[in-house]
Amino acid sequence: MSQESKKTTNLKIALEFKTSTFSVPVLILATDDLSLLEQQLTLKIKQAPEFFKNSPLVLDLQEINKQGYVVDITALVGVVRKAGLLVVGIRAGNVLQNKESLALGIPVYSAQGRDSVVENKNLVKVDDVALISPVSSKPEEIKVSVPTTLITHPVRSGQRIYAAGDLVIMAQVSAGAEIIAEGNIHVYSTLRGRALAGVQGDNEARIFCFDLQAELISIAGNYKVSEDLGASVRNKPVQIYLQDNALIIKDIVLHH
Amino acid sequence: MARVIVVTSGKGGVGKTTTSAAIAMGLAKRGHKTAVIDFDVGLRNLDLIMGCERRVVYDFVNVINEEATLNQALIRDKNCNLLYILPASQTRDKDALSQEGVGRVLEELKKDFKYIVCDSPAGIEKGAHLAMYFADDAFVVTNPEVSSVRDSDRMLGILSSKSRRAEQNEEPINEFLLLTRYSPERVKLGEMLSVEDVQDILSLHLLGVIPESKSVLNASNSGTPVILDEKSDAGQAYADIVARYLGEDRPHRFIDDKKGFFRNLFGGK
Repeated sequence: MSQESKKTTNLKIALEFKTSTFSVPVLILATDDLSLLEQQLTLKIKQAPEFFKNSPLVLDLQEINKQGYVVDITALVGVVRKAGLLVVGIRAGNVLQNKESLALGIPVYSAQGRDSVVENKNLVKVDDVALISPVSSKPEEIKVSVPTTLITHPVRSGQRIYAAGDLVIMAQVSAGAEIIAEGNIHVYSTLRGRALAGVQGDNEARIFCFDLQAELISIAGNYKVSEDLGASVRNKPVQIYLQDNALIIKDIVLHH
Repeated sequence: MARVIVVTSGKGGVGKTTTSAAIAMGLAKRGHKTAVIDFDVGLRNLDLIMGCERRVVYDFVNVINEEATLNQALIRDKNCNLLYILPASQTRDKDALSQEGVGRVLEELKKDFKYIVCDSPAGIEKGAHLAMYFADDAFVVTNPEVSSVRDSDRMLGILSSKSRRAEQNEEPINEFLLLTRYSPERVKLGEMLSVEDVQDILSLHLLGVIPESKSVLNASNSGTPVILDEKSDAGQAYADIVARYLGEDRPHRFIDDKKGFFRNLFGGK
């Protein structure tokens, strides 16, 4: 019995689940004519072969389903793969299409989230593919909304908190603690540890804290250590943001 | 319901064993059947502080390995018949402790005892981890200096994320701060962090301040917990702490330098 417990305690952590946001182009289909699709897709890719090479792709079936077209997912995926694109999901499919997709090992995304993207502007119908240059048509993003992480207890030395979105901390962050967010960081108490915002490269991310005594602050990889923080910004409420790749630390003036 | 108290700190030499012995004795003296366990396997000291080192037959590891029963290993204290000591093994190391073994021993103790005080070893490795894992309350012993405070902070993080209560999403461990070896004179001279400084960094409920005192060393040497020295400042401070833990409202003492004025006046030491 004790041997078994030894095994489990000695086990090294081999994996970890994390949430991440990716930018993936979406192909909105408007016809069930596979040969026409193939032809126009090839044409489109020719305009920017490097951009499309092995690119992940989500197939949006809303238009063809609206038109009542019947399309064979296996054949459709085959066409897209032949063009050198890798299908990583389908969206807005019906029950049958979803089932077929899952059988191919392709994940199914719900149609939700479409409202959050500017549709008309980015809608790339295969029909007018020749009219739109690849430079002007930015790939549409699947915006998976990431919830804010709220921490109400002190973050102690040696603890590490990672938030896929914004991170709000209602207690102090001790020296030797690390708080990391892909979005903004708010600390409604003293910040003594390390705070890293926008760690996936978001230059717009900011850090807000009630009392700046941090060991290190960083936004999108631009950092300052404690030594770089002048007396004028220490021990007071500040916000920290990026301007022309420089970290700006500014007092927060509270209006009553 | 029995409560498991861990006396912990991260850093060594801050007064964990002294505190464990004192509060276990204090709780027992007030009529609660109490057991105190030495988790410092390989570096056992609690038996010395409790003055029972010559009566150790079986130890904690023997009980975990089912080589002895709890009743065989528990040593009844010579000063108080409601207090029992479970000594650590001196010839083994921390790997001799297992989570299920410790859990089993604590469950068995809970049937018979009101309070179980776990004297944690220093560090954050296996021995310290197992000492705090099953705790309901934690006494975080801290000296008023930066490295001790930081280590306590680290230990508080472990209490709130690695304990059984944290893992099973139960109500978190009650955490209390015990500031030991406090010297108001040295605080005044800026040689030591003040109570306020420490509380500002740890933001923790202060259960009491134990003044730096000769009586602590004397008590250790004679093998009687310092709380039994009722005339000493440290003994009184521990008595206050036990009372506060049991819900009594007692004003804090030993924080201000009351004698300082006269000492300065007469140029005393």
